[in-house]
Amino acid sequence: MTHYLVVSAILFTMGVLGIFLNRKNLIIILMAIELILLSVNLNLVAFSAALNDLVGQIFAMFVLTVAAGEAAIGLAILVIYFRGRGTISVDDVNRMKG
Amino acid sequence: MIQAIAFYLFATVVTLSAAMTITARNPVHSVLWLILAFFNAAGLMVLAGAEFIAMLLVIVYVGAVAVLFLFVVMMLDIDFAELRAGFVRYAMFGLAVALVLLAEVVIGIGAWSAGGVELSSRVAPTDAGAALGSLPNIKAMGTLLYTRYLYIFEAAGFILLVAMVGAIVLTHRQRTGVIKQNVARQINRRSEDAIRKVNQPVGQGVEL
Repeated sequence: MTHYLVVSAILFTMGVLGIFLNRKNLIIILMAIELILLSVNLNLVAFSAALNDLVGQIFAMFVLTVAAGEAAIGLAILVIYFRGRGTISVDDVNRMKG
Repeated sequence: MIQAIAFYLFATVVTLSAAMTITARNPVHSVLWLILAFFNAAGLMVLAGAEFIAMLLVIVYVGAVAVLFLFVVMMLDIDFAELRAGFVRYAMFGLAVALVLLAEVVIGIGAWSAGGVELSSRVAPTDAGAALGSLPNIKAMGTLLYTRYLYIFEAAGFILLVAMVGAIVLTHRQRTGVIKQNVARQINRRSEDAIRKVNQPVGQGVEL
């Protein structure tokens, strides 16, 4: 149980580190968010097994659903952003600053 | 024994592939490492007894989301070398934040395993708790999902629908200057509309 939590914690930290490390590349930031959601799922499943309660797995499924939707919408926004600007650098995303 | 070996194998590979995902130079390699991380996380979930979630992870993530990432990476013509500028500059700050976060989470895990936090107030203790042992995992999840969590299940379906419609609306573009075949117009066109007979006198210009 504790082992699962440690693996999940490392995975979560790596996701956060990935966001900082690839500050400019939007695609890798999206992948890092997927890693974070994966670690959350691992945590939910581990607690579900440890507490003998199936609800954790049910909610892991819902997290999976939201993650899939988020990936689809995020990549769609990425594609139209690239069409408009010709780059995906996060530093250039300041059009809404006014 | 074999379970412990499998656990450490999966845990090591998932950690290493996560590290490679965020540090790989080529985003295509990054996606492939992400796929490896998902496979090994699915292995960890099988070890924890959550077969359905593991299969879902392989099918939905590796089969759909990772391939979507791969498509986008290969479709967009991006100078990735330029995007890596400032990698070292952010590395120190990112490492500091990550270490603080990891320390906090590990302290939390230590506090939990010390037994100070009571987490045994189960939401579905009777049916689900018994189901873990006797029923197959997918059957137990189905009975819970279609009864107690039916509305949330419907909401999840609605979220997927909205995501699908949103992605299509966002990326769909009306192209101008594309010539399409209009079968009805082709069939309706008669020779009287297209051809005009003129009795042209010699020596005069032609009206076009």
